[in-house]
Amino acid sequence: MRFDTPATTNPIDQGKVVGQRIHRIDGPLKTTGRAVYAYEWHDPNTHYVYGYVVGSAIAKGRIGSMDVSAAKRAPGVLAVVTSDGIGDLKKGKYNTAKLFGGTEIQHYHQAIAVVVAETFEEARAAAALVKVDYAEEKGVFDLEATKDTAVKPKDGEPDSAAGDFDAAFETAAVKFDQTYTTPDQSHAMMEPHASIAAWNGDELTVWTSSQMIDWWRSDLATTVGIDKEKVQIMSPFIGGGFGCKLFLRADAVLAALAAREARRPVKVALPRPFLMNNTTHRPATIQRIRIGAERDGRITAIAHESWSGDLPGGGPEVAVQQTRLLYAGANRMTATRLATLDLPEGNAMRAPGEAPGMMALEIAIDEMAERLGLDPVDFRIINDTQVDPENPERPFSHRDLVGCLRTGAERFGWQDRTKQTATRREGSWLVGMGVASAFRNNLLVPSGARVRLDREGIVTVETDMTDIGTGSYTIIAQTAAEMLGVPVDKVAVSLGDSRFPVSSGSGGQFGGNCSTAGVYAACVKLREAVAQKLGFNSPDELTFAGGEVRVGDRRMPLAQAAGDEPLVAEDRIEFGKLGETHQQSTFGAHFVEVGVDVATGETRIRRMLAVCGAGRILNPITARSQVIGAMTMGVGGALSEELVVDKERGFFVNHDLAGYEVPVHADIPHQEVIFLDETDPMSSPMKAKGIAELGLCGVAAAVANAIYNATGIRVREYPITLDKLINELPEVS
Amino acid sequence: MRAFSYERASTIEAAAKAAAGTDGAKFIAGGTNLLDLMKLEIETPTHLIDVNRLGLDRIEPTPDGGLRIGALVRNTDLAADGRIRRDYALLARALLAGASGQLRNRATTAGNLLQRTRCPYFYDTNQPCNKRQPGSGCAALGGFSRQLAVVGVSDACIANHPSDMAVAMRALDAIVETVRSDGTTRSIPIADLHRLPGDTPHIEHVLERGELITAVVLPKPVGGKHIYRKVRDRASYAFALVSIAAVVMQDGTGRVAAGGIAPKPWRDEAAERGLPNGAKAVTAKLLANAHPTEQNAFKLALVERTLSAVLAEARG
Repeated sequence: MRFDTPATTNPIDQGKVVGQRIHRIDGPLKTTGRAVYAYEWHDPNTHYVYGYVVGSAIAKGRIGSMDVSAAKRAPGVLAVVTSDGIGDLKKGKYNTAKLFGGTEIQHYHQAIAVVVAETFEEARAAAALVKVDYAEEKGVFDLEATKDTAVKPKDGEPDSAAGDFDAAFETAAVKFDQTYTTPDQSHAMMEPHASIAAWNGDELTVWTSSQMIDWWRSDLATTVGIDKEKVQIMSPFIGGGFGCKLFLRADAVLAALAAREARRPVKVALPRPFLMNNTTHRPATIQRIRIGAERDGRITAIAHESWSGDLPGGGPEVAVQQTRLLYAGANRMTATRLATLDLPEGNAMRAPGEAPGMMALEIAIDEMAERLGLDPVDFRIINDTQVDPENPERPFSHRDLVGCLRTGAERFGWQDRTKQTATRREGSWLVGMGVASAFRNNLLVPSGARVRLDREGIVTVETDMTDIGTGSYTIIAQTAAEMLGVPVDKVAVSLGDSRFPVSSGSGGQFGGNCSTAGVYAACVKLREAVAQKLGFNSPDELTFAGGEVRVGDRRMPLAQAAGDEPLVAEDRIEFGKLGETHQQSTFGAHFVEVGVDVATGETRIRRMLAVCGAGRILNPITARSQVIGAMTMGVGGALSEELVVDKERGFFVNHDLAGYEVPVHADIPHQEVIFLDETDPMSSPMKAKGIAELGLCGVAAAVANAIYNATGIRVREYPITLDKLINELPEVS
Repeated sequence: MRAFSYERASTIEAAAKAAAGTDGAKFIAGGTNLLDLMKLEIETPTHLIDVNRLGLDRIEPTPDGGLRIGALVRNTDLAADGRIRRDYALLARALLAGASGQLRNRATTAGNLLQRTRCPYFYDTNQPCNKRQPGSGCAALGGFSRQLAVVGVSDACIANHPSDMAVAMRALDAIVETVRSDGTTRSIPIADLHRLPGDTPHIEHVLERGELITAVVLPKPVGGKHIYRKVRDRASYAFALVSIAAVVMQDGTGRVAAGGIAPKPWRDEAAERGLPNGAKAVTAKLLANAHPTEQNAFKLALVERTLSAVLAEARG
């Protein structure tokens, strides 16, 4: 199905199932421990053995020699596969750093060997016996110090411009110019990377934890040098990803190569410390923002420049992208620059681009509002735009940022915010409120599905879509149930298997809208097949409801359309030019109240509210769950999360969950989420858009702005830890 | 983790003797710290002596009105004990500020005292660390040191002691009771238990080979207001940037020990005589010989400000 004209009325609009508060259908499997995650896959007739990874002890250089003799002699050891033993492997399309193979070291904890033994403990003990001589080379690890060497990245749009920024800024009545920094961040999802690989002749099956089944399948085939058709990927349950499982990772490659060498199915999990330096992370940024405005608050000039670093061949963090679209202003420019760093690979982490971009932009907007003497909510509303500011011919498909801000201000009690900073005191707490807009683009990715109706009336959906904790199983079941007029419990959903039609996968908040649109497309075909089977010309004359097909007074059980052989339909949603003719984005507003301890500078969240305008909400329960999780991640980004770079040794030092502090329950006392009641017919037949990452974009700035309101201290370097506040807090005695 | 042998000791004396007689032997109780370190091969004992069944898990009154806490009393049980909560609230509060419920269920009194630093370079066996590998250097000095010690440090090591419990015990003048491998016993004031790093940061306490902690004795209650204030980046499950354990009497005198800033619980009896004159009077002495790094110098101001807040709370 090609989607190239706006959606009109369709069965999803019935809203009998889609949009309803339905608990996740895979919930009982998870709460009872029966959902099988990658490392847990277990066939009682299979004798699994265990691989343990050896990571580079240096950040940059070459392996001089590797002595594996002691490891090979250790108890239980079956094989030791080394990167210099295996030679150069081809690199997957989506990887920047090599996952394995070759003697060159590109970053700390890059995999250089895998030791296979009968037990996990034997493999781990033997891995510690691998001796490596390195020829270490000097690397570049400091973004700030190397910023001036940054260049225009090859891909994407490194520069954008409209009007004449320089002239307009120069003559603006009120001007603002500030620089902000965001640190490297780790996905820190609960389930570490893990894979089990088994060879059957020249065919390879891998149970793993992947957000994008088809990308992994292609890149694993490339890396181990076999045909894609010979690879099967299984990833039915995933314990969080946040972008860290978008691209093939070392565990899958090591498991495949180790299983080939050991001639046994091999399990490999990356130990927790490897998460930070072996895989990918969100790159640090330096961002400069300039805004010029009339005295009434209308922006006349806005510029956003961003610098980040990555390994050679890598890409930038596109932190400027929201600034091209979020606020009006005739004269504007953005620039993205990329430095070369020898740190581990920077890559996508939840809401890449907008998440760090909004961390900076939405503080700048708060600062500018103050300079103009405007309420920060009003300043944002004054500068709303219903068209792409770079190209006013191009409207937004649907945009209600103003509705989000107004609704939020009212529900949060924004009028109670003290205009003067550092004036609200409750006991030892300085209390303040902050606001930020939320913005994240809506991405459209083709997605396929297969649906099958059997004689029992059960509808089975098969797609290689993944559920990384988002609720994919549930919204896909709701979609099929709505389309075919059956209750949700008559729908079986099978996901995360490369034998199924290729889907959008999970990433960029596109999975919810796109994968259900793919299921919609397949269900349209199934409805046609049902009509034909039952002797009707077109499904349009039929009503699918209550497990029946109805026309006039005639009612037939849906199941009747299936014979001994089930009725099968497969299709794929493909998107036309609506994403080009119309700017598709999602909008929101974040409101936060914080307390800052007047003595210690500890910041604690008191309450948070998100208002989201993101098209049809497919399931308010799972959508809310996505948003509160994202808000929690935003609090981490604001207050504690930072991968600390050792600029001498070139690695992220705090590489475990004790050192890399994500929020705990005690940090998140009260969250509320409001969804505006809207649909976006430009986005898909589902009229839904992304929601998961919208919930993150802007949160950290709202926290930063609340801290400023509470204390009068403006911190422009994330995370806002107490050491950045303490010297400016009032005297205590 | 390296292979090791294991025995379960049946008497205190046998445990101490076995530990002294076996190279590379270590006692294991809760294992909440030791097992993690063994998995990373930071600790590589060849032999473990399990002391969990030695019956050292009781809290008993002493003849002079104090309490004797068995070495194996779990943190959870100690924090929940009615006598501790009533007479030594400082200790209960410090315990509950540490770790998580699951860890406190397992962690023991003696083990908590002897837990090892959380310096990230100590935890990464690819990095130089004089504490882990004497003579290899200290990566923390020029590296990531925000969390680490500002007083009691040396050019060889700036690691800090991570315990909350020990800070309260230091303020309460606890006494550590041990049995040595020859069967003799001794009492060590907690102030003397831990050593400063000097040029031997791998030697962290004064216990002899085979010497086993059997109990920690709290002298009779001193009254006063008991306040434990732990400052950290997130609200729970994080090690202290700074902590203050204070007992403040009605006349403004009292005791104060600080955590998170030194290789051992940090207290200076001369400094705390300044308590009636406010926090600055105390910290000027308490932190007199501080050697902070650029990254952790904020701890000096933080100690003073936290102590100010504690004293304000004590005044009510």
